[in-house]
Amino acid sequence: MPSGERAKKIESLKDRARRAFEKPPSIGPDVDISSFKFEAEKPKDWLTDELVERAEMVGIDLSEKTRAGTYVQLDHYAFLEKVSAGGLEVMSISRALEQYEWLVDYYWRAVEVDTDKFTALAELKKAEGYFIRAKRGAKIPFPVQACLYLKTPKIAQNVHNIIIVEEGAELHVITGCTTPRAAEGLHVGVSEFYVKRGGTLTFTMIHGWTEGIDVRPRTGVILEDEASFVNIYVNLNPVKTYQAMPKVYLNGREAKANLTSIVAASSQSYFDVGGAAYLRGEGSRAEVISRSIAKDQATVVARGVVVGEVNGVKGHLECRGMMLSPTASILAIPQLEAKARDVDLSHEAAVGKIAEEEIYYLMSRGFDEDEATSIIIRGFMDVDVKGLPPLLEAQIKKALDITAKSL
Amino acid sequence: MPLLEIVDLHVEVEGKRVLRGVNLHIEPGEVHILLGPNGSGKTTLINAIIGSPKVKVVEGKIIFKGRDITDAPMDERVKMGLGVAFQHPPKIRGVKLRDLLQKIASKFNRDVDVEKLASVVKMEEYLSRDVNVGFSGGELKRSEVLQLLVQSPDLALLDEPDSGVDVENLTVIANAINELCELNLKPSRRRKSAIMVTHLGYILNYVKADRAHVILNGRIACSGNPNEILKQIMEHGFERCVQCLQERELRR
Repeated sequence: MPSGERAKKIESLKDRARRAFEKPPSIGPDVDISSFKFEAEKPKDWLTDELVERAEMVGIDLSEKTRAGTYVQLDHYAFLEKVSAGGLEVMSISRALEQYEWLVDYYWRAVEVDTDKFTALAELKKAEGYFIRAKRGAKIPFPVQACLYLKTPKIAQNVHNIIIVEEGAELHVITGCTTPRAAEGLHVGVSEFYVKRGGTLTFTMIHGWTEGIDVRPRTGVILEDEASFVNIYVNLNPVKTYQAMPKVYLNGREAKANLTSIVAASSQSYFDVGGAAYLRGEGSRAEVISRSIAKDQATVVARGVVVGEVNGVKGHLECRGMMLSPTASILAIPQLEAKARDVDLSHEAAVGKIAEEEIYYLMSRGFDEDEATSIIIRGFMDVDVKGLPPLLEAQIKKALDITAKSL
Repeated sequence: MPLLEIVDLHVEVEGKRVLRGVNLHIEPGEVHILLGPNGSGKTTLINAIIGSPKVKVVEGKIIFKGRDITDAPMDERVKMGLGVAFQHPPKIRGVKLRDLLQKIASKFNRDVDVEKLASVVKMEEYLSRDVNVGFSGGELKRSEVLQLLVQSPDLALLDEPDSGVDVENLTVIANAINELCELNLKPSRRRKSAIMVTHLGYILNYVKADRAHVILNGRIACSGNPNEILKQIMEHGFERCVQCLQERELRR
């Protein structure tokens, strides 16, 4: 795109965002954004003990020993943009936009800027974000980590992230989003991922929020021919409200996607979590898997959407929910849509309490009732996701152990 | 001191009386067999001893190692040295068999090589599978006995470890039971005991039991040498066998 056109594109994006500034989200509870501040002063010391501890909880290794790159953002400011592998770039989105004029072509292409007030906010009141690129053919075995930390109370942290995996490259990203232990605020995360022909991206997201935080990720992923994408979401703590529905467009032939979310909702948390896969490339396949646990007065809405748009595609939804209290609720909404004749779409859904028979079985092995319950819950959350490096598998296991213990 | 003493035990299942005055006495190192037709109360007796909430003791006592455990919770009885291999164990999704075995080992402070014990029941390849998920009949039985091998209870309750099992699996399971009950040791050195429910008794070709009991209508109708009793049952059926044995007792 010539630079004149790019300037025009940005202006028209801003215009669309302005018109959507009060547009409520199509699903999930609305949030009154007027109660948040958009400005935040740049903190002097970013590397506090609390940040280190909370970041570690959400899978961020600040020693960086086992990471190919690191990005750390506190409120609206990038504090760490480091790379230790060839063929890899990690930097703030503002730096990337300065450095690469072409990046505008990827800007708001996988997510519509006027989706709702949250995408509009991310354009008009943008607060940084990261840019990660794996260059053509680069296989990066160690994960790249990104930590988004929301520190100042009552602010809206509206980040915009872009990941590009070029032809044949392989990239594993782990992001940890968290706050200090007592925090209030709004976190909006627009994420646009582009996986080109034959590329592989795995994206592990671990969230450790508090009961004062509203969270609205807006994710769009575009997969080209033979591209493969794995998305795993794990939450560790309660939130105020959370709504996310990553949309994956499998545009290329033989593209593959797996969207897995493991949500343990306790206290008054409201989680509306899902994943949508649009099978547009011949032979493309997608799985949308969800595990929900609801305790106390928590609410979980577990959504899954698979749309088969061309012949020869295959999609599967699997949705399991476990109720741990009579005052919690789980709503499972699996949705299959066929727009071509020769598609293979299926779903299974089951919601219920822990089977007493399983508790007694484990008690007959000498475990007390609490131990038995926690073994079953931990097992329920265990999802075999293929294609993750062992390091990340271990990180996810650790996160799930924390979650299971907290229930 | 007897290992297990059951006195006049009456048990209900879903409000229906199933056991009507069972008496049983087991010494350390003894292996007892429970025989009886379907519905006679064999599994109910196992469930009552282990303390399953599916059954309700309405009368009588269960004394294990000198302590009255009639009302003790299941996990407490198991910690005292009881163990059970169920006939129809449930699936535990997401829990790998290896992890469960390691948890059992650490619960009982047992320094065991899980892989090696798995090889006794030819279950090495199942250690990375979810507990009981997609296991065949024989695999379920082997998995149950394997869990007991790790736990090493003083009194193992084995509910039909041989039902639905082919000959090859039968010898594997029998070997494991022999190890579990220390049946390879001299009788005087054995300390481990078992109560084994069997329907057809084929397993007695491989496991040497000390005593057999026939349960009929919720009572132990007769007790004696396992092979003798089994022979009578095979020839005359349960009712006739009991009559015959009772008559013989009278003659004595």
